[in-house]
Amino acid sequence: MELPARTFRVTRADLVRYAGASGDFNPIHWSDRVATKVGLPGVIAHGMFTMALVGRALAEWAGAADAVVDYNVRFTRPVVVPDDDEGTEVEVTAVVREVTEDGLTRLDVTATCLGEKVLSQARATVRTAR
Amino acid sequence: MSLDPSFVGRTYPPTAPYQVGREKIREFASAIGATDAAHHDPEAARALGHPDVVAPPTFPVVVTMAASQQIIEDPALGVDYSRVVHGDQRFAYTRPVVAGDELVCVNVIEDVSNRGGHGFLTTRTEVSTAAGEPVVTVWSKIVVRGEG
Repeated sequence: MELPARTFRVTRADLVRYAGASGDFNPIHWSDRVATKVGLPGVIAHGMFTMALVGRALAEWAGAADAVVDYNVRFTRPVVVPDDDEGTEVEVTAVVREVTEDGLTRLDVTATCLGEKVLSQARATVRTAR
Repeated sequence: MSLDPSFVGRTYPPTAPYQVGREKIREFASAIGATDAAHHDPEAARALGHPDVVAPPTFPVVVTMAASQQIIEDPALGVDYSRVVHGDQRFAYTRPVVAGDELVCVNVIEDVSNRGGHGFLTTRTEVSTAAGEPVVTVWSKIVVRGEG
């Protein structure tokens, strides 16, 4: 079974807000000058911001803020965020792999940006029954 | 400079307790657009059986990233932080983090390798309360990109 796709818009303002909330002030997430100096096309989103958006999708699919019991990702490609009002979009889909007898649902998750996978081997276990 | 593989298995001393604040959880939840009442309203969290507001799933990175400084800044291991990219990340929960938790991290180096000029470092962080109750185990793999 496939869960309904979610799309998250990501702008520079989101990255600044996430930097402050998370304490990750690496300049590749807010300075084009530094990002291009280290060989990136421009400012990129924190991998952990993308992981957080997907985590939010998981909890919302499961219907409870505390539903996620195990969650892992591999960061395969950066999410480049242009300095404009539109930013970019991350699309998240998930497929149910297994539903266990003790009320857990195992999901295979896909996150893409501009059609390219930004996370791979993304898997989560969420509690779907209390 | 390659990473020193003799660090595999090394366990670091527990970090000073991190006090999880209600406003920090609200701030983090707002930054990722998580509007579920259990992140913001203690009453909604209590209805789910928690003593105070519940942190979003990736919130522990706030605590573990600070705790990982003791590894990253260990000159003997040889991590050049300006060349670090994030490889993998995993959270395995015993229970969600809630406001009021005092969290202590114990860092363990699970794997160190050097391939194709890049260094790979996998750490496991056992996050528990200051009283010793396990909360979440966090794995992180970083890649230290080689020169050129």
